[in-house]
Amino acid sequence: MTTIPVKQTNPDHGDAVESDNHEIHGDFRLFGLATFLVADGMTFAGFFAAYLTFKAVNPLPAGAVYELELPLPILNTILLLVSSATFHRAGQALHSGAMQRCRRWLLITAALGLAFLVSQMVEYFTLPFGLADNLYASTFYAATGFHGLHVTLGALMILIVWWQARSNGGRINSSNAFPLEAAELYWHFVDGIWVILFVILYLL
Amino acid sequence: MTIALQPETGTERPPRLQPTGWLRYFSFSVDHKVIGLQYLVCGFLFYLIGGALAGAIRTELASPVADFMPRDVYNQVLTLHGTVMIFLWIVPVVNGAFGNYLIPFYVGARDMAFPRLNAVAFWLIPPAGLLLISSYFLTGAAQSGWTAYPPLSITTPATGQIIWILSVLLLGGSSIFGGINFIATILKLRRPGLKLMQLPMYCWAMLGTSILVVLSTPVLAGTLVLLSFDIVAHTGFFNPTLGGNVVVYQHLFWFYSHPAVYIMVLPAFGLVSEILPVHARKPLFGYTTMVYSIMAIVGLGLIVWAHHMFTSGTPPWMRLFFTIATAFIAVPTGIKFFNWLATLWGGRISLNSAMLFSCGFIVNFVLGGITGVALAQVPFDIHVHDTYFVVAHFHYIVFGGSVFVIFASIYHWYPKFTGRMLNEHLGRLHFALTFIGFNLCFGPQHWLGLNGMPRRVAEYDPQFTLINQISSVGALLMAISTLPFLWNVIQSAFAGQRAGDNPWNALTPEWLTSSPPPVENWVGEAPLVEEPYGFGIPAEAFDLAAASGRDLWSSGK
Repeated sequence: MTTIPVKQTNPDHGDAVESDNHEIHGDFRLFGLATFLVADGMTFAGFFAAYLTFKAVNPLPAGAVYELELPLPILNTILLLVSSATFHRAGQALHSGAMQRCRRWLLITAALGLAFLVSQMVEYFTLPFGLADNLYASTFYAATGFHGLHVTLGALMILIVWWQARSNGGRINSSNAFPLEAAELYWHFVDGIWVILFVILYLL
Repeated sequence: MTIALQPETGTERPPRLQPTGWLRYFSFSVDHKVIGLQYLVCGFLFYLIGGALAGAIRTELASPVADFMPRDVYNQVLTLHGTVMIFLWIVPVVNGAFGNYLIPFYVGARDMAFPRLNAVAFWLIPPAGLLLISSYFLTGAAQSGWTAYPPLSITTPATGQIIWILSVLLLGGSSIFGGINFIATILKLRRPGLKLMQLPMYCWAMLGTSILVVLSTPVLAGTLVLLSFDIVAHTGFFNPTLGGNVVVYQHLFWFYSHPAVYIMVLPAFGLVSEILPVHARKPLFGYTTMVYSIMAIVGLGLIVWAHHMFTSGTPPWMRLFFTIATAFIAVPTGIKFFNWLATLWGGRISLNSAMLFSCGFIVNFVLGGITGVALAQVPFDIHVHDTYFVVAHFHYIVFGGSVFVIFASIYHWYPKFTGRMLNEHLGRLHFALTFIGFNLCFGPQHWLGLNGMPRRVAEYDPQFTLINQISSVGALLMAISTLPFLWNVIQSAFAGQRAGDNPWNALTPEWLTSSPPPVENWVGEAPLVEEPYGFGIPAEAFDLAAASGRDLWSSGK
């Protein structure tokens, strides 16, 4: 007889049958996230479809104001595209074990994301129309606002990843890269959506 | 804390079975079997509520004037009835309940791919349902029907409509999380060696359904957010007086809600494809064509939505396209129908409750399918649009189809859930009452619709009184039919005959373990079932292990 510590078991999880074959299976979390992003993308697709249909069949009533300026959105596009590249560099740095470099790139990415949000705010406040002014204005704010919500969440994610990648006590390192990879996939998705949004709302 | 234990010396420990405490059904359990039963029981409670609402509707319609309840209350009741039955009963039960319980068995896994997400998806449902129903008592529920068409949904009282939107958003989120989980489980979590084309048919049905959920539910969510902006922020997306476009709402809504019909009925196809071979003792006829027809229904199901909108000023080319696309769906659906018949053909059929409900499904579904093809034809649709003909068609699909299959599945899998058999006599009584009541209730509504009785109205022309009263008697029979069922499931849980592990001698993997199954589904390795429908061997020569392709346990026999 020996004295051993009792392992706390969760009966629903069946931790006690550890000796039975617990097949090691792959990590599907990125797959699950990608499936979720397909769903998320369909929400945007709905907004875009609505906007294009409105454009095609609902002409703006006389006197309604709906004008967009290009410089700021072009700057926004560049900010997001560059941030995708910097996030990619952060991922590369993580995989080569250079945590300091990884965190620096993450901070740059987060800063670019926040710069995007500030620039978007500036655009909102300088536009000559409000949310409920007319159909196009409403759709514009709904689509860009929903995208801005995604950027906000993404920036928060990046900051969390940055915090968790710290050298003392952080949970993210080259052997546990999933949180960074997930945030990166999400960030690329948000950037890709922006490019489509930019083409549909600003260029068409 | 430390206690003394025997040292582990390689001796086999006894298998740890699933704990039987009832409290885990009220916990944030991550066990797919617990979650499946949570979905099932929760969905059934909402079915009772939705059924009571249907009873109120049929009581009101027993007389041509609004004497049972005020007209605005009638609108609330019919909105709640539709929303509860679709979003809280059929979708969660055919997907969440049976999907969660069966899919991990079918792919040879110990749980779903994302167990915690699974629990989150379930626990979104009770609060959303309570939110929806509480709106009736707090401020008055939404009055614009389950479709929430603007401008009706913008002009009826706002609070109830906003609560309706919130609860449907929560339920949509739950549905999407479930769909992601099913896709990952079926595609990624299969036992090594198990090929896609060896999966039981229900896996294919759930894969197709989950693809529809992931692609179409978010569109509804986005649309409802825009609708809530119209109500709260007075934007004009769908408000014609502010320059908006109501038809865009209809397009976006039906982009989800037509696939939603397949989200309700494809899993039922899958379940019935599991039940028929077992009780007819024959292999499922035309497995490969079944798989392809499910995927064809998924593809076509995404491009037929505007057949709900033939009276919404759709241009001729759109009518042509959507009529043809809809008619095409009859092809894969017909393939499945004839495959089921061919599965039964020459089988050694045991006409037990599960089989009776499955056959009832086939009969009802083909009737609903025929009226569906008729409704896809523009000239006919314009004649009966928004009449009781549509109500009859729809209920033949979702009640005669999905709900019959839910009951068939409960009779089929109850021994697996509980380890006990249901009472067969009560089951047949339940079937007889349901089948007669259902056809008495909804059959005459075809006639009502063809003669021009509009739906969703509390009052009607007195010439329709008799037929409406017949329909109401049918509804009463359906309500009564629930009583033997309820008594049966409750009584059998405590005093039913012991079922043993595999009372039906079925070959699909969930039967190749104990009833109820252990926590992690199998003691030892999961069986590799290469031929889930390998029936047809004489009973005396019947060897489960040989018929399922491999030894059941890699260690053991």
